[in-house]
Amino acid sequence: MNRRMLFMLAGAVSAVLPTIAFAETQLTVYTAVEAVDLDRYKATFEKAHPDIKINWVRDSTGVMTAKLLAEKDNPQADVVWGLAATSLLLLKTEGMLESYAPKGVEALDKKFVDKDNPPSWVGMDAYVAALCYNTVEGEKLGLTAPASWEDLTKPEYKGHIVMPNPASSGTGFLDVSGWMQMWGEEKAWDFMDKLHENISAYTHSGSKPCKMAGAGEAVIGVSFEFPGAKAKSAGAPIDIIFPSEGSGWEAEATAIIAGTANLEAAKTLVDWSITKEANEMYNVGYAVVAYPGVAKEVEHLPSDIASRMIDNDFEWAANNRTTILKEWQKRYDAKSEPKS
Amino acid sequence: MAIALETAHPPLAGKHLRQQTSRDDRIKLGFMAVIGLYLVIALGAPLFVMLSKSLSTYRFDLTAYEFQVSDGTGANWGPVVTADALNRQAGAVAEADLSTNSDGRLAATKFFPEFSFRSPVNYRIRGVDEDAAFLVGSTLEKGTAWREYDSGTFRRVVLRPARTIGLENFSNYFSTPALAQSIYNSVLMAAISTVVTVSIAFALAYGLTRSCMPLKGLFRGILTIPILVPSLLPGIALVYLFGNQGVFKDWLLGYSIYGPIGIVIGSVFFTLPHAFLIILTALSVADARHYEAAASLKASKWRTFRTVTVPGARYGIVSAAFVVFTLVITDFGLPKVIGGQYGMLAVDIYKQVIGQQNFEMGAVVSVILLVPAVLAFAVDRRMQKRQVALLSARAVPYAPKPNVRVDAPCFAFACLVSLFILGMIAMCQVAAVVKFWPYDLTLTTKNFAFDLMDGGGWAAYGNSIRLALLTALFGSLVVFAGAYMVEKADGFRFGRGLFHFLAMMPMAVPGMVLGLAYIFFFNNPANPLNPIYGTMTILVVCTVTHFYTVAHLTALTALKQMDPEFESVAASLKQPFHRLFFRVTVPVCLPAILNIAIYLFVNAMTTVSAVVFLYATDTKLASVAVLNMDDAGDIAPAAAMGMMIFYTNVAAKLIHALIARGLLARTQAWR
Repeated sequence: MNRRMLFMLAGAVSAVLPTIAFAETQLTVYTAVEAVDLDRYKATFEKAHPDIKINWVRDSTGVMTAKLLAEKDNPQADVVWGLAATSLLLLKTEGMLESYAPKGVEALDKKFVDKDNPPSWVGMDAYVAALCYNTVEGEKLGLTAPASWEDLTKPEYKGHIVMPNPASSGTGFLDVSGWMQMWGEEKAWDFMDKLHENISAYTHSGSKPCKMAGAGEAVIGVSFEFPGAKAKSAGAPIDIIFPSEGSGWEAEATAIIAGTANLEAAKTLVDWSITKEANEMYNVGYAVVAYPGVAKEVEHLPSDIASRMIDNDFEWAANNRTTILKEWQKRYDAKSEPKS
Repeated sequence: MAIALETAHPPLAGKHLRQQTSRDDRIKLGFMAVIGLYLVIALGAPLFVMLSKSLSTYRFDLTAYEFQVSDGTGANWGPVVTADALNRQAGAVAEADLSTNSDGRLAATKFFPEFSFRSPVNYRIRGVDEDAAFLVGSTLEKGTAWREYDSGTFRRVVLRPARTIGLENFSNYFSTPALAQSIYNSVLMAAISTVVTVSIAFALAYGLTRSCMPLKGLFRGILTIPILVPSLLPGIALVYLFGNQGVFKDWLLGYSIYGPIGIVIGSVFFTLPHAFLIILTALSVADARHYEAAASLKASKWRTFRTVTVPGARYGIVSAAFVVFTLVITDFGLPKVIGGQYGMLAVDIYKQVIGQQNFEMGAVVSVILLVPAVLAFAVDRRMQKRQVALLSARAVPYAPKPNVRVDAPCFAFACLVSLFILGMIAMCQVAAVVKFWPYDLTLTTKNFAFDLMDGGGWAAYGNSIRLALLTALFGSLVVFAGAYMVEKADGFRFGRGLFHFLAMMPMAVPGMVLGLAYIFFFNNPANPLNPIYGTMTILVVCTVTHFYTVAHLTALTALKQMDPEFESVAASLKQPFHRLFFRVTVPVCLPAILNIAIYLFVNAMTTVSAVVFLYATDTKLASVAVLNMDDAGDIAPAAAMGMMIFYTNVAAKLIHALIARGLLARTQAWR
């Protein structure tokens, strides 16, 4: 009697379950977007698509990339939404991404879309290399604000500059690859040799130099625009400077993990991630977004950042990364004594 | 003992009794095997896998690719040649440059010196087996089918390396100057910190045992504070105290705190309690008769100090020195925060694994880091064996007499060190509640809004407490049961010896190395234990294993104090061992068990190195959050989270004291 009831119950449950699953698809989404933005992105998307629920898995870019690569043979994610394009390119070369041309992809700025057709990743927004200059400490030391990358090699800045280590920070690498693409390798190494003389520390994270400049631990932080604007809002006495030669940049991008069990829902998410509405959502923090004509001015940042971005060849950067980093470490990592 | 009893009274040892004991023994053996297996799985196997990983190298296998080049019309194809043959012809890539890491790429055009991307020549490429991989731009291609490209596309073709076994990782490591320099730096920092810490610890312990200075209990309490905070916290405090905007920046006379100076000061802070407690124990077993003899021989104070005090404590000093050396060389949090550009081995592992996803090189650095730690451990073990009992039954405990000329300097020194410790903690407290150092010093609680930062928010704090409680619970169970088997089981001398050796091993394995070894071992779909990867379980297992040795030794000491006659009596009364265990052994050893639990709790709250590679998104930890927030430049919230860990550990200590007092009153009345 009891057993029979149990069977009936089990039957009823299994009859109901698929409909629940059908009504609401759960997507495991890996991301490296700022912790503050997570809830907002999720809520905005789920409002547009109530039948799909996002389960965020968030960590910093480096950790997230390592995690995805470690799970290569047994992927846990359905979608990656908000990871550096360079990282996604790395996954692509491992054959981990599902190529898919989302609806309306032709409306996006070409810079923000993978070169292959159909593309393996599509961009959301950009973070752009910038300098954070502490005006209070600069004045105390009698310095003038730098206006270009070339200025950073001036002897007066000796020991006052921090920049991210390209070997451990994506931001650091976008700086280095930016200089190389702007000036060619030889001139870029020449520049870095001189810059190295002025660097007081290479940090592990890309936003830390700007925060260190904000706190007066350094005068100039080589960083990107987003933490600059954030630190300034928090009360840091800094100017955000875009060097006159142009800035390297990195796209935050979206991709589908090959072999996902929820391909339809994943496509829906990627479709939505490039809509005008989504781009307006990114624009709250990021001054440059992938959808042309959407971006409004962000507090503390100039309106023409997009025009300062160089022509970034992600593929070149990804395929030359190992060689560049090996050389970089040989030249600069050996500096064991800190400069005061 | 029980065996002797049986043979001495054969009539008593009837069939039934013998069965009873042998069944007991079987159960005991079973337990020992289970816990031994735990140690093998949680320690031996992962380390072995890591060792083999360090030998896994990546190399461009040029014999695996074949090319065909067309003539100017793009239609008539030349002969098939391997990349290897082309390379020997053109001499494009040196043998040494063929070894690379898992992310290496080699442009195919290098083999064609006459290549021009505007020429009408077409190129074909294929692998000789299914595994030969190459990229066209960023698209992965594999296999033996010919693929044809025009010259414009062919310049985007790059070869991918194949996995092999070899020692290239090690030769790569030693040919990278920055990495090899780290070995020297790490040893130097550890050596300097050891000398400084042990000197200070000795002076303090001397003051507490050989003088009549006031407030000894208070100093003892203050000196253990650094154990309650993660090693990142002194780093953060030093930034605020001596950084470029530091309160006492001028004290450094223009030298930067980022680097060796910061590492040494911070290391002294966090290793001091360990050295202090060991030397204190060594000094407190003094025989007053030696001092009387010295006095009656009219030895000077200095001579007495040299010939009686120091030799009596020399094993303690050596032991403390090795503990400090190992702690400093394997610590990762402090040099990460304050080390600046000063390369250290433990930070290198982190940079290789998290920064560059170069797991193989991380394994190589781990193997290198194991060497000094294991050496220190082996030498220390050896010294310990030579130690003889100082306290004979006739020893008279030494009682210092008041002497202002000794007491005053001892008191002053203790005050100075206490000021240093309290100052560091106070600085962190200030950092945690100030709005925007150094430009806006109004008080705020916004630094505690962890949910708005990197690192995992308040959930991470909750996870840490869960981890600490689970570690304390399961850790004390496993450790105590294991120690009981080693100490009280009969026979199986070999098995017990092996078990004891396994239990001592974690001491010599740096947390970082253990964590990395866990990735290699558990994050392998072929491993049946793979499902625990990324869960709280693996964090608990890792933490228990990491801190196993000290807990094991504590349990062993407590068990050794129990008379083995208990076992014989229980056996002759035909009592199964579990009854004896729960009715007698556990209650008697309760203080030690509680000490093990609080030791595991506190360390689980503060540990960073072992878990930094193992946490998943829903098992982020407070101590790792401190690291990640500092990494992102959010130093004030990092200090705030560090202080939360400190408050929690203080509270845990107080609760422990209360429970201990209540329970001890009930179970230790016999003492």
